[in-house]
Amino acid sequence: MSDNSWRGRGVLILGAASAIAEATARELATRGASLALIARDAGRLDAIAADLKVRGAPKVAVRGLDLLEAEPTDALLQEIADEVGGFDTVLIAHGLLGDQEQAEQDGAHAAALIDVNFTSAALWALALARFLERTHGPNGVVAAIGSVAGDRGRASNFVYGAAKGGLAVLMQGLAHRSALKGGPKAVVYKLGFVDTPMTADIPKGGPLWATPETVAKVIVKGLNGKSAIVYGPWFWRYVMLIIRLLPQPVIAKVNF
Amino acid sequence: MALSYHDQVLTPWGRVHTGAVRIARPRSQSELPDLIGQAQTGGSLLGVGLHRSYGDSGLNLGGAAISSRGLDRFIAFDPDHGVLRAEAGVSLDEILRLVVPRGWFLPTTPGTRFVTLGGAIANDVHGKNHHRSGSFGRHVRRIGLVRSDRGTIEVSPERDPDLFRATLGGLGLTGFIAWAEFALAPIATSEVIEETIPFANLAEFFRLTEESEGQFEHVSSWVDCTAGGRSLGRGVMFRGNWAGSGPLHAHAPGVKLSVPFTPPLSLMNPLTVQILNASYGVLLSLRRGTVRTHYSNAFYPLDAIGGWNRLYGPKGFYQYQFMAPPQTQEGAMAQVLTEIAASGQGSFLSVLKSLGPLRSGGLISFEGPGVSLALDFPNRGAATLQLLDRLDRIVMQAGGKIYPAKDGRMSATAFQSGYPQWRQLEAQRDPLFSSSFWRRVTHER
Repeated sequence: MSDNSWRGRGVLILGAASAIAEATARELATRGASLALIARDAGRLDAIAADLKVRGAPKVAVRGLDLLEAEPTDALLQEIADEVGGFDTVLIAHGLLGDQEQAEQDGAHAAALIDVNFTSAALWALALARFLERTHGPNGVVAAIGSVAGDRGRASNFVYGAAKGGLAVLMQGLAHRSALKGGPKAVVYKLGFVDTPMTADIPKGGPLWATPETVAKVIVKGLNGKSAIVYGPWFWRYVMLIIRLLPQPVIAKVNF
Repeated sequence: MALSYHDQVLTPWGRVHTGAVRIARPRSQSELPDLIGQAQTGGSLLGVGLHRSYGDSGLNLGGAAISSRGLDRFIAFDPDHGVLRAEAGVSLDEILRLVVPRGWFLPTTPGTRFVTLGGAIANDVHGKNHHRSGSFGRHVRRIGLVRSDRGTIEVSPERDPDLFRATLGGLGLTGFIAWAEFALAPIATSEVIEETIPFANLAEFFRLTEESEGQFEHVSSWVDCTAGGRSLGRGVMFRGNWAGSGPLHAHAPGVKLSVPFTPPLSLMNPLTVQILNASYGVLLSLRRGTVRTHYSNAFYPLDAIGGWNRLYGPKGFYQYQFMAPPQTQEGAMAQVLTEIAASGQGSFLSVLKSLGPLRSGGLISFEGPGVSLALDFPNRGAATLQLLDRLDRIVMQAGGKIYPAKDGRMSATAFQSGYPQWRQLEAQRDPLFSSSFWRRVTHER
C-alpha cells in the first residue's frame, strides 16, 4: 500500500510555503523523502514541517530566508544539506504572479516580477546545479516551476510570462549542458491555471483549472522522468502548441 | 500575501438554500486574527468547511465566512496511543488515509468522509456505533479556537470546560475552530463483517435493535417509507463488527462515479422512489446474509457517487432527521411513517438508527437516548414544507428534536422545544459569529 520510493532521498524546496510547493512536499513526504524547506516566512514553515513529519517524512528542516537577498553560496547549501542528511533534488517554486497592468505602468512592480520569477530563480538554479553536480553528479535533479504564460507573450500577463519564459530557456539550457557534461537533470514545469491563493482574485471554474494536488502529482512524476519540459496538467502541451501556432493577425483579435 | 475576503456563492448539500457570502480562504492559522478583525467592521462571521451541512447551518448570508479548507495540516500523531491533532480543515477522508494503515480509525463517523474535522466537531456528528461510542465530541480532547473577543485560545475539559462543551455541536458559533485533538479507535483490519437482516415492521425493528446492540458495534437500518398498514416500518438492518484480522488498507482516493450535471428535473419523484424502494428491498433480501467488506462499502456507500445530491434536480431537497426519546419512540416513528406514506412524498433514503445514552456534553448536540430517523424529500415547495411542519408537530409532541446539520426550515418553536439549552450556547457564542440558521431559530435580527 505505502509507496516508499523516495525513502533515503532528500529534497530542497525554495518558496516552500506556496500551495503548489506544499502539495508537492506532501506527495514526497508520503513517499518517504526528507525535506528542506525555505521560504521568507519561517513561521509558516513550522506548521508545514509538522504536517510533513506526520505524513511520513523522516526529517524536515526549515529556514526563513529571503531568496532575493540571500546568496546561494556553497557554504549555505552545504549547511542546509547537512540538516536533512543531504539532498539530491531541488524544486525552485518561489514566484510572484503580480498584476500585468500595474507592471506596465510601474517600473518597480515590473522589476519585482522579473527579479523574483527570473533573476532569483535563475541564480539559485545555476548555483544548485553546480552544487548538485559536485555532490551527486548525474543523479541530482534541479527542477523549477515555470508557466504556460512563458510560451507566448500575450496581453494579459506578458511581464510575468517573459520572466517565466526566460526561466524555461535557462532550465532547458541546463538540461542540455548536463546531457553533454554529466550534471544534474534539469526540469521545468509549465503549469496552467492552478487554484491557489495566488489566483484567488481570478474568477474560476471550467476544465482548465487544476488543484495544487493534481499539479503536485505531475511534478513528483516529472522529477523521476526523462523530459526537460513537463506541462502540468498534460493537456497544456497541446493548448499551448495551438496558441503558439496562431498567426499574429489572429491573436491580435483575441484579448487573453 | 495579503489575503482577504471575496464574494462567492455557497450552496449547501441540500441545494435548496444558496447565496453569496464574503469568504476568506486562509492557508495559515497566523492569518486568522487579522481576518476576524476585518470581519468586525461589517456584520457577522462563520467558519465553514466542505459544505456538507444540508440547510442553512453552514451559511451566513449577508455576512462573512472563513473557510477552514486551507488549514488542512496534521499537527501531531501518536501512532502508539491513537491520538491525532490536526487543523480544522482536514477532512475525515484525509485522516483515514493517514491512520488506517497504522491500525486506527475514527472513533465514530457520519455517512460521508467528505466533512472536515471542524465540521465534525461543530455538528457533533454521530455514526452507526452511537450506542457504543456516542458522538464525535465525546472523543475530542482539546480544541483551538480563535475568537473575536478573546483571541487565540485553547479549550478542553480542564481548561474553560463550559466553552469546550459549548463548542461540541455548537454549530461553529463559539469562535473559529482552528484545530483539535481527538482520540482514534484501534482496528485490527480495515474490513468489517456485516450482516443484513430484513424486518417486517416497526415492532420487529425495535426487537431486532435490542437484540443487536449488545453484539454489534455498528447498527443501522434502511426503512421502506412507502409501505403502510401492517408493513409500516419494514426494512433492512445492517449490523456489523470490525473483523478480527486482515489487511489494513485505506480506501482509494477519489470517487468512483460522479453525477456530472444537475438533471433539469428531480430523478427522485414518487414513481422512482417507489421503484427504488421496492428494488432496493428485493436486492437486499437477495443478498441477505453475512459479507466481509471494506469499511468504505460498509460506512460510506454514497461517497462512491460524487455529487449524488444533484439527482434531486435544480430545486434540491430537504433532509429531515429527528429523534424521539425511548418513552415515545415507537409511537412517534409510527406516526411519522404513516404521515409520509399518506402524503405520497416518499423518501428514497430513510435511515433508522437507535441513539445510545452516552453524551458528549454538547449543549445542542443531536443525541440520545432514543431512535433517530433520517429522511430525504425532493423540494416540491409548499407541499413539502407543509408535510415537514406536520412532522415537526409529531416530533415536538414526542419530546424529540430535529438535527440542525440537516435542517433548513424548522421553526424557532420546534428548535427551542428540542434544545432547551440553546440559551446557554447563546451565552457562550462569540458575539461576532452567527449563521443564517442561528438567526432563524433564535429570531435574532
